[in-house]
Amino acid sequence: MKIMIVGECRNGQILDATYENVAFAEKLGGDSFMFMVGTQAALPKYEGKLYLADAGECGEFNPEAHKQLILKTVSIEQPDLVVFSHSSYGWDLAPRVALALKAAQLSEVVDIKEGAYVVPACNAKLRRRLRPKSAITVVTLQAGAFSPASEPTGQPAIEPVSCDPSGAIEFCGYEAAEAAGVDLAKADVIVSAGRGIGKAENMEMIGGLARALGGEFAASRPVVDAGWTEHNRQVGSTGQSVSPKLYLACGISGSVQHMAGMKKSEFVVAINTDRDAPIGEIADVLIVADLKEFIPILTEKLRAL
Amino acid sequence: MKALVCIKQVPDMESKFKINASGTWYDENNLAWRMNEYDEYAVEQAVQLREQFGDVDVTVLCIGPDRVKETMKKALAMGADRGLHVRDDLGGEKGPLEIASIIAEFAKDKGFDLIFTGMQSQDRGSAQVGVLVAEMLGLPSVTTVVDFSCDGTTVSAKRELEGGVRAVVRVATPALVTCQLGMNTPRYPTLPNIMKAKKKELLSVEVQELLTAESLLTTEQFYFPEKNVGALVLEGATAELAETLIGILKEKTTVI
Ligand SMILES: Cc1cc2nc3c(=O)[nH]c(=O)nc-3n(C[C@H](O)[C@H](O)[C@H](O)COP(=O)(O)OP(=O)(O)OC[C@H]3O[C@@H](n4cnc5c(N)ncnc54)[C@H](O)[C@@H]3O)c2cc1C
Ligand SMILES: Nc1ncnc2c1ncn2[C@@H]1O[C@H](COP(=O)(O)O)[C@@H](O)[C@H]1O
Repeated sequence: MKIMIVGECRNGQILDATYENVAFAEKLGGDSFMFMVGTQAALPKYEGKLYLADAGECGEFNPEAHKQLILKTVSIEQPDLVVFSHSSYGWDLAPRVALALKAAQLSEVVDIKEGAYVVPACNAKLRRRLRPKSAITVVTLQAGAFSPASEPTGQPAIEPVSCDPSGAIEFCGYEAAEAAGVDLAKADVIVSAGRGIGKAENMEMIGGLARALGGEFAASRPVVDAGWTEHNRQVGSTGQSVSPKLYLACGISGSVQHMAGMKKSEFVVAINTDRDAPIGEIADVLIVADLKEFIPILTEKLRAL
Repeated sequence: MKALVCIKQVPDMESKFKINASGTWYDENNLAWRMNEYDEYAVEQAVQLREQFGDVDVTVLCIGPDRVKETMKKALAMGADRGLHVRDDLGGEKGPLEIASIIAEFAKDKGFDLIFTGMQSQDRGSAQVGVLVAEMLGLPSVTTVVDFSCDGTTVSAKRELEGGVRAVVRVATPALVTCQLGMNTPRYPTLPNIMKAKKKELLSVEVQELLTAESLLTTEQFYFPEKNVGALVLEGATAELAETLIGILKEKTTVI
């Protein structure tokens, strides 16, 4: 099997997703080579051939140009598998490439079993094992599912590729994430509110428990999207990453994107009415209870200590 | 201006799922159904466009069995003008390529200026249909949009990247946009609008009339993941649970 690894470079920096894709290719075995739109100044640590297109020329975000570059590289190397990360770069680009190659695309692969690909379904509550029927296959990998076993090393052998950089989409630049007003990364205890809190008024209950524990409060994305609290309190892949001594997930189901931001917590307690909520997979303790009843009692008992 | 919004009906994710008889999907019986969360943002954005320009005609399209019409009625009550239901009793098991081919076949000669889809569906989560539709129609597509505006001919959008960074992009219409959570605040249909929606056009066509692609995938198994035995699961009376938890925290952590 010949594997094409699509690397990611943003603002001149190699993203970790690149090395996860390499780890996946190593796990599968077989020959691999890499493709990346990036810069000579920051090369990925990789022992092998790297088809490198210059981001300055082709544009760092230009899906049409990147698609053309990938198709060009595929026609030279004829890989059996093209590997992207299931990231804002990968899920944008992969379907464009897959359609052009008449390739089956498997999104958010978390495992390989019996030569078939395992992907999550229904908010990660279920799994599907899928087998492609096409000659060439495109996959996107869930962030964190395939981690490199050791520090990446190596010096790639560069094959330059270029293309016509014109495209319908004009990239006007990046906008930094909102500055964090509260540094959640420093908190020892974080009490985090999920959609399960039901309404904005219940944020006070979460804040009260956080105070009783001498910690900070935080939230999952739907709570922020609904305007129940500020974005600078969001934990997850598009929010902050935290690693407190205690993380209390209150009415949070445990999506991959949320867990990406809190899985380094030392001790995780989940409060959830759903015994099967995926948060149970990484929690140390899962309290099956209605948080509206449980939290006030817990807070009161903590205050009385 | 003409806008198309693709919406999917999905089960409530807190449902107790069961595997179907063939072991290839979830059992669709006895589930509570709702609009795919991401698609609510898509409907809202299209309706806001009409409020902005007045002369925007918004069509919602949904592929699935007759029950999906309930979800379509919600979109009509939110303000969409008409609905096109593609009747397909096996819609749930169709892959993104087939679903996209159906949508593209419908849209190809309708002259839509803007097509909105969700970034992904909550049950299948392939995050492919939107981009595939655009590629099939030869339109530019912008994915994972959290901020959208349009002056009639040009779309300005912000794509959300990892860590909350945003990429600012511009594209001329016709174009397709895939909507990410938080793009706007989807409205709740009001009672008068629910009544009005009952009179709106809601046509059904059979899927065979529009399906042009074949699946490139076989589902070998649909299953529950093995439970990680990590979590200690506590159930029972609330007050006792709180006592037990405090005991555990005292023993296992240094925070109290
Ligand atoms: C590209 C991308 C990036 C994302 N980035 C992030 C991110 O940074 N952070 C983030 O959090 N999400 C992120 N998301 C969203 C993520 O996929 C989930 O939608 C989100 O994390 C779900 O939040 P939740 O667990 O609060 O809500 P839900 O998934 O709706 O879960 C609510 C939970 O509350 C429980 N519950 C309900 N009522 C009660 C009650 N009375 N008592 C106790 N429990 C109750 C339910 O059983 C359920 O488990 C992102 C998504 C995408 C596609
Ligand atoms: N059965 C369907 N009917 C209408 N639109 C759909 C359907 N399935 C998916 N879509 C659209 O495609 C988006 C992405 O879905 P997916 O590729 O399955 O993650 C959804 O948010 C919808 O906008």
